[in-house]
Amino acid sequence: MTPPENDLTPLPLARYRVVDFGTAWAGPMAAQLLADLGAEVIKVESRARLDGLRLGRPIVGEDIAGGDRGLWPELQPVFHGINRNKLSVTLNLKTAEGLELARELLARSDVALNNYSPGVLQRLGLDYTELRRLRPDIILVSMPALGETGPLRDVLAYAPIIQALSGLMSVVGYAGDEQLVGELQAPWSDVVAALHAALATVAALRHRNHTGQGQFIEVAQLEATASLLGEAFLDCQMSGAPPQPQGNYHPAYAPHNNYPCAEADRWVAIAVGSDAEWQSFCAALGQPEWCADPRFADHQGRLQHLAELDAHVAAWTGQHTAQEITDRLQAHGVAAMPVMNIEDQFLDPHLQERQAYLDVEHPHVGAEWLYGMPWLLGETPGGIRTPAPLLGQHNEYVFQELLGVSAAEMGRLAEAQVIY
Amino acid sequence: MQPEPSPGALNGVRVVEWGSLVSAPFCGKVLAELGAEVIKVEPPGVGEEARQRGPFPAGQPHPERSGLYLFANLNKRGITLNLQSGPGRELLGRLLESADIFLENQPLPLVEELGLDYAALKGQYPRLIVTSISPYGRSGPYRGYRGSDLTANAMSGLSFGTGHPHREPLTTPLHQAGYLAGVGAAFASIVALLGRDLTGRGQLVDVAEAQVIGTLLTGYHLPTYIYRGVAGFRSGNRMRLGLFPNCVLPCKDGYICIDAPQIEQYRRFLALLGEPDWTADPRYRDRRAMSDQYPAEAEALIAPWFMERTKAEILQACLEQRIPCVPVQTFDEALADPQLNARDYFRPVEHPWTETYRYPGPPYRLSGAPARLLRPAPTLGQHNREILGNELGLAEAAISHLERAGVI
Repeated sequence: MTPPENDLTPLPLARYRVVDFGTAWAGPMAAQLLADLGAEVIKVESRARLDGLRLGRPIVGEDIAGGDRGLWPELQPVFHGINRNKLSVTLNLKTAEGLELARELLARSDVALNNYSPGVLQRLGLDYTELRRLRPDIILVSMPALGETGPLRDVLAYAPIIQALSGLMSVVGYAGDEQLVGELQAPWSDVVAALHAALATVAALRHRNHTGQGQFIEVAQLEATASLLGEAFLDCQMSGAPPQPQGNYHPAYAPHNNYPCAEADRWVAIAVGSDAEWQSFCAALGQPEWCADPRFADHQGRLQHLAELDAHVAAWTGQHTAQEITDRLQAHGVAAMPVMNIEDQFLDPHLQERQAYLDVEHPHVGAEWLYGMPWLLGETPGGIRTPAPLLGQHNEYVFQELLGVSAAEMGRLAEAQVIY
Repeated sequence: MQPEPSPGALNGVRVVEWGSLVSAPFCGKVLAELGAEVIKVEPPGVGEEARQRGPFPAGQPHPERSGLYLFANLNKRGITLNLQSGPGRELLGRLLESADIFLENQPLPLVEELGLDYAALKGQYPRLIVTSISPYGRSGPYRGYRGSDLTANAMSGLSFGTGHPHREPLTTPLHQAGYLAGVGAAFASIVALLGRDLTGRGQLVDVAEAQVIGTLLTGYHLPTYIYRGVAGFRSGNRMRLGLFPNCVLPCKDGYICIDAPQIEQYRRFLALLGEPDWTADPRYRDRRAMSDQYPAEAEALIAPWFMERTKAEILQACLEQRIPCVPVQTFDEALADPQLNARDYFRPVEHPWTETYRYPGPPYRLSGAPARLLRPAPTLGQHNREILGNELGLAEAAISHLERAGVI
């Protein structure tokens, strides 16, 4: 294949078609990471069972009960956030004709992604053995919660359940007797699995480009979560005891905390590592008397007297704003940053310059802010090209143009709730 | 006929890593287990900073026994090079001639001073992909700011919402910002390789830890702010904006996590508690209100049932009734987890300086190009002669000279 001439910012994944059977977070996010960089991602969904993220409180209005019943599928902000740049077809996989159309689409696709429970693809007749018959070099990616095999494979598991099993949740908390926090207020395991699935997919695409071969990839969400926790698993074996919650304590830094600032519920993160950084920190504060306390002279001393040190630092930070403290410490080469909420982030000049938030025109919402690209590629950056698709918005393109179904036949299939 | 064992999906990709601590080393580890050849460059004498960090066996520091280093550097070969010296940089330059990806997470002033930033490299190595991971990114007004995992989490928006309302915000534990940025950088680097097939050119892959975790993990924050005007708050042991029950609660011997959004799951849970009539009371039927408006009251209703039971008893009962509720496993329990072990997830790794420990394995199972476990993390300078001698063609006398001069 010859590269297109004069195309200064090509989309690096534009050659690839991905069929996205994902629902909720993990599957759709993996597919979106590919769509953002140019893959043609076709989301297969159905009114017979809406993607859970098409349900819930709508962007406009207060009809929560109606939202939960699926009355506002085009007004779900989180859905818009992780399904942009995709095409949508409505296809009822509970019908034989719907499955046949899915097979025809898969035969013309490079990648199929799903986060179904174990066994669902087999029941649909769309497991890897079958898909290979349709398309010998296809890449099939499955993202089961706990795995396709194993004694707990059928356990009902959402992200927090997986985080609980992985060990991660056991260290989200404060030291001492405080009730464990546990929750990270993020669909952590979904995201971790999505990222690994996207990574394995592009690695497999490169492999296919070099060998001509496709493959089946399984990314269990529990294993993806655990794969980032090697330090704790080794710590457990090296010390003979499992790690405990430690709040913001870190043995390589002191001070190291989110400290309270002058306004209510405003905080600043400060991390001081080496003795040289401590000297810079003291200079930034104007050498207050407590900085000269011999107990704080070296790192071991600061770590041993952390409670006293934290009290001194907090008394100082409490007189200033997070931004003033950050500006002053960074000017002295000390790591500091306001603990930002989404308003701070949205208005932050650094995040604005890096296009952390971008707006796109959505037909039902108007101008809508979405998250930007999480990584900046200088020559082939990708980006937001289209908003999240309306339910079945691309039925004509996919069924008529790609699969050659006539308009009359499409009408019949819609009537029969196959294209539905 | 058995097919030949696959050398990995990234067979033939060459990576030179100048990484320290978590993000770039873990990115290198991920690329290596997918089949790339990764050469890690460390300063002579002490090696990279992770070697000074724990965890260590019995808490005794030793540069070849850091759990962080051992984990984040699996499958690589390692050399020492003093990049402050001209000969050291020249040898790095020779390695970059045959490299596809140069991977670093060093402080920007140092990178620029040594002429190892993308702008300085791209003239000589037009096909090279430079993957640069940093707390806040390589562009923007904070590009030169100092940072750590704590401050990256602070900028990401994750810390603000994590923790109890009456306490300070909690950073994400266990350097998760760095690990996740490492995986993201691996993804973006492979995309850049696929992009190079189209353009013929390398490029800068600029990965900010704060932005990776901030963008991917905070999907609810932006719309909640834009449409509801809520900038953020901490809700402790309960997931906000969900459906009750969705929280972490104490039990007889630890904690459990329950997350049962479906109404059938809630009904089965109430039946298990012996309280099926609660859904008749509007106050305990509106699970969105229970989660958002009076969670403490709602949790107090179910807390006693958990406090009377152990983790094992709760898991058994909830498995039988198909209720999404499991123990919060500590790391020793996760190491013994029957599901992970039935799938041989943990891999024993032998290392010359440590006992054989069980490491978490790669999370992707690729049928045609399985991820690999080739070798443990390198000891400091372990592959100096193999790489500088055999591969760059330096004579033994020249290598000895470089050693004496402190270049390697």
